[in-house]
Amino acid sequence: MSNLGEQIKTMKKITTAIKKDFPIFKNNKGLVFLDSGASTQKPKVVIDAVKEVYEKHYANVHRGIYKLSEQSSELYEQTREKVAKFINASSEKQIIFTKNTTESINLLAFTWGMDNIKKGDIILVTEMEHHANLLPWRELAKRKKAIIKYVPVKKNGRLDLNKLDSLLSSKVKLLAIAHMSNVLGTINPVKKIIAKAHKKKIKVMVDGAQAVPHFPVDLQDLDADFYAFSPHKMLAPSGVGILYAKEEILESMNPFLVGGGMIANVTHQDAEWNEIPFKFEAGTPNIEGVIGFGAAIDYLSSVGMKNIFKHEQKITKIALRELSKVEGLKIMGPSDNKDRGAVFSFVLNGVHPHDMATMLDEQNIAIRAGHHCAQPLHQSLGIEATTRASFYLYNTEEDIYKLVRALKKVKKIFK
Amino acid sequence: MTFDMYREIILDHYKNPRNFGKIKNANAQANKKNPLCGDEMTMDIKLSKAGKIEDIKFHGAGCSVSRAGGSILTEAIKGMSLAQMKKYTDKDFLKEMQAPITPARRKCALLALETVRAALKIKMK
Repeated sequence: MSNLGEQIKTMKKITTAIKKDFPIFKNNKGLVFLDSGASTQKPKVVIDAVKEVYEKHYANVHRGIYKLSEQSSELYEQTREKVAKFINASSEKQIIFTKNTTESINLLAFTWGMDNIKKGDIILVTEMEHHANLLPWRELAKRKKAIIKYVPVKKNGRLDLNKLDSLLSSKVKLLAIAHMSNVLGTINPVKKIIAKAHKKKIKVMVDGAQAVPHFPVDLQDLDADFYAFSPHKMLAPSGVGILYAKEEILESMNPFLVGGGMIANVTHQDAEWNEIPFKFEAGTPNIEGVIGFGAAIDYLSSVGMKNIFKHEQKITKIALRELSKVEGLKIMGPSDNKDRGAVFSFVLNGVHPHDMATMLDEQNIAIRAGHHCAQPLHQSLGIEATTRASFYLYNTEEDIYKLVRALKKVKKIFK
Repeated sequence: MTFDMYREIILDHYKNPRNFGKIKNANAQANKKNPLCGDEMTMDIKLSKAGKIEDIKFHGAGCSVSRAGGSILTEAIKGMSLAQMKKYTDKDFLKEMQAPITPARRKCALLALETVRAALKIKMK
């Protein structure tokens, strides 16, 4: 598997070879899975890694003095190193294991946010944020009497960067921004935006849940202060999230959850916190999930993140072309594949997204319908809900054609 | 390929909903949303002094199942008394819809009934 990347000559080969690595497709013949934006399927190597921990190495981590606990701890910490390398963090101390992206951002809001945001401060968010990078900041603002301001999204699905520039004032303490929109597919120019924000001493929290699984992300290059993403959206088990933060900020932050595993010393009156990152990991973590994530990173690295993005760029090009041929169908988000991921939210005249999802399901196509945890964005777009098709490395060109054929059948029934 | 759920009855009620609109002098009203999909419905009810549903209309935006649900439900319960409504179960209503509602879509179908119950302040056990 390690030389899989080299074996891949054409993109067609990428997906034929890759689909075979995912047992779900063996057990669900003909399945067209187009909901990877919500959570991805798992390759056999990840499933096996989890099974192997349980069968060969399992014990609680960082506690036991015996061999099994040492093995578990080592595998667990190996994943932390792999994550740091995968996103080019300068140290694995910057990688905190949480439950999911939502928890990562809540951790930040309730620690750094509670200690640093004051009355009258401005928190900038974008109109395309997932609720996970919106509600923790709104809740914080409410408690601190701080002000939330929105960076608008233009009709073409891109952020209004001029408006963003004018909003970056000295009163702004934090900018919360998605690296890639889970609804529009828009990939935001976060590197440039972060540089601008830093000039005004504004900290930047990037929601990378739709980015890290799909293209190379280099955190030293981006220079983000905070970054979060979800391993279950990149082939790993669910129940693990990542929070990355700059080391000096992490050192200054108070813990979020307190209890076991995160202390250096506890007396009847006092407690001294453990060093980072352990200070932020109270209680027994998702041991097998983290170790499974290590296997997922190995798998993705062997395919190559550049190859994955190239594949998805091709998918995007074809999908935009083919979907726009369906009469009455409107795609939200950018209509060109530059800085755009393979996520397509659309509406079809006369067919509610819910009906769409049920009827596509009847044709073995798994797709999401609703507001995709981005209700304010849908309000700005002036629609209640959309149907969303999101692609990943195991999706083929043929999946697009199957979707288009199925859409035409749905249209006929609702005519 | 079968589309069992979308039997003629659902599509008919979706395309030509009965009792769709507003009642000016309604004396019971409620609005409910389905947070999962953004479906939204308002029920206007005119109750007689004796507690009978004299008139009922609904409006809002939603999928075929929720809209057909509003249409079928309002037809079914017009003329019923409050006492009868208190005994009117989810099962009774789903039977009335005459289509196999998949588990994922039950919330859509039941939105109409939930809204009527909210308007009439009925709490089911």
